[in-house]
Amino acid sequence: MAAPHIEIRDLRKAYALDGVEIEALRGIDLTVEAGELVAIMGPSGSGKSTLMHILGCLDVADSGSYRLRGEDVTRMSGDALARLRNREIGFVFQSFNLLPRTSALENVETSLIYAGVGKNERHERAREALERMGLGERLQHLPNQLSGGQQQRVAIARALVSRPSLLLADEPTGNVDTVTSAEILSVLETLNRDDGLTIILITHEPDVARHAVRTLYVRDGRLEAHP
Amino acid sequence: MSWTAAMALALRALWRNKTRAMLTALGVIIGVASVIAMVAIGAGAQQRIAQQLESMGTNSLVVRSGSVTHGGVRTGAGTTTNLTLADAAAIAGLPDVVAVAPSVQAPAQVRYRGANWGTAIQGVTPEYFRVRSWPLAGGEIFTPAQVAGSGQVCLLGQTVARELFGLLDPIGENVLIGSLPCRIVGVLTEKGATAWGSDQDDSIFAPITTVQRKLRGINYIERIELTTTGREASFRSSKDITKLLRQRHQLREEADDDFRIYNRAELAQTSEESARVFTWLLGSIASVSLLVGGIGIMNIMLVSVTERTREIGIRMALGARPRDILWQFLLEARVLSGVGGLLGMLVGLGGAMAVARFSQLPVEVTPASVLIAFLFAGLVGVFFGLHPARKASRLSPIDALRYE
Repeated sequence: MAAPHIEIRDLRKAYALDGVEIEALRGIDLTVEAGELVAIMGPSGSGKSTLMHILGCLDVADSGSYRLRGEDVTRMSGDALARLRNREIGFVFQSFNLLPRTSALENVETSLIYAGVGKNERHERAREALERMGLGERLQHLPNQLSGGQQQRVAIARALVSRPSLLLADEPTGNVDTVTSAEILSVLETLNRDDGLTIILITHEPDVARHAVRTLYVRDGRLEAHP
Repeated sequence: MSWTAAMALALRALWRNKTRAMLTALGVIIGVASVIAMVAIGAGAQQRIAQQLESMGTNSLVVRSGSVTHGGVRTGAGTTTNLTLADAAAIAGLPDVVAVAPSVQAPAQVRYRGANWGTAIQGVTPEYFRVRSWPLAGGEIFTPAQVAGSGQVCLLGQTVARELFGLLDPIGENVLIGSLPCRIVGVLTEKGATAWGSDQDDSIFAPITTVQRKLRGINYIERIELTTTGREASFRSSKDITKLLRQRHQLREEADDDFRIYNRAELAQTSEESARVFTWLLGSIASVSLLVGGIGIMNIMLVSVTERTREIGIRMALGARPRDILWQFLLEARVLSGVGGLLGMLVGLGGAMAVARFSQLPVEVTPASVLIAFLFAGLVGVFFGLHPARKASRLSPIDALRYE
């Protein structure tokens, strides 16, 4: 039987904020099978963002183990983590995090540049990803020329273009209106259902979490199955 | 990440801040341009000095009678009496020696009818004018026979001719040098002042023997001017002459020379050396501005790293390795310094040409200075770009992403 997509044991993370030690994660255990759509909920400051950063290999835990597709991530070098972020993980952020003054197409191409994909293929794949998100007419638009929903769809296209197995969405609907929010969530559902993408959706809105198959709750640095 | 992709990223980032990039490059432009222009001016001066020295004759030597010690009292140069015409003749026999001109000098009051003029009389041989490359304006040089016979003939320098004769032609006239009547056989062309300011045309020239016997009553000579086959030969001849004269004067091993040799080539070497130092000095002062330009690059790159912290975070989230970020910023610094270097080269060459055209300064653009300034600009880019680039590459992805 294949290893779970994500396997986390007793993960702990503390950081200092204004000189005060804050224990953000106090022993998280989490197993996510490939192809799951999991929502992680919790009030702000509960540690859910810290968890997402560690899941996305943007940050490393103080202790505990994290296996991604059976591979121990905690012992990896900075370059290896960069490679994982580049090939295995796609990010969708609340604030979109598009590169300013850079066209939608170039934004989407960025991860392919670091993957060493040649110019023509890069172009082609980025265009396809944007077309799939319904942005075929806006390839050359700059982020500030796009609406919030369009920007988030560019961000999703960018997350998908490198064909990752795991998509991490941190409050993806936090900065858009209700209609757009529904649009984005249905896109994520489609990706999970049709492409078998493992998706972890971090949110504090129960309405959003309802789209997930399984919902987990972070409270005081611990993960619970019930609210 | 491929080189072309990295380069495209760097160029695009710079293009987004065109004005800032240009102003930053301006520091390097000015630096490179001033190095090139300054070194060109220095090298031009160096070359002019070399030319002037060459025209003065770097292949000439002067032997003067030296000082002598009498009971502990050392007299000044030119006070010994053991340099002779025979010495001059012996020197003429040395290899590499082209022409030899022995001379003595005496002060003289010259009279012509009502006019009189105080000047110096040089006792010389016909070779003297060849050694000094000093042509006649009119008449002719006295003959070797007249030298042998202490003939009462003389040549006038332009100043003397003007003072005594005005616009009249002095050739064929008789003057009184002291109480010695001499017939004027020729007039020399104008030679001008020496480098140290004495009027070379304020002289009368008579056969050396005439001055020795009839004016001064001596049988020694005071100087021997000679030319050699070239600059290198001058150094060789200088040694040969020393050996020859010590032998002829029967100086013991430990005794000092009783003559002195002045080598123009040596003087030339010193002057050229100082001109070279001058060029280096100009070049190094100018390179300070290149350094300042480099600091400008570092400054702007640091600002840029701070401004683009979030961008760095996004790139890292998308899979940029620390070294990709390092290269991106280093490449931007390199492009700035490279473009600055290239434009600076053009401005420097243009500036040097403008100086050459509109001022009297000689200018000599050396390919080496251009190359060195350009390479130095490149080094400046790497050196001053490295710190900001490392700073960028060492950001933690999460801190960079969170940066507001």
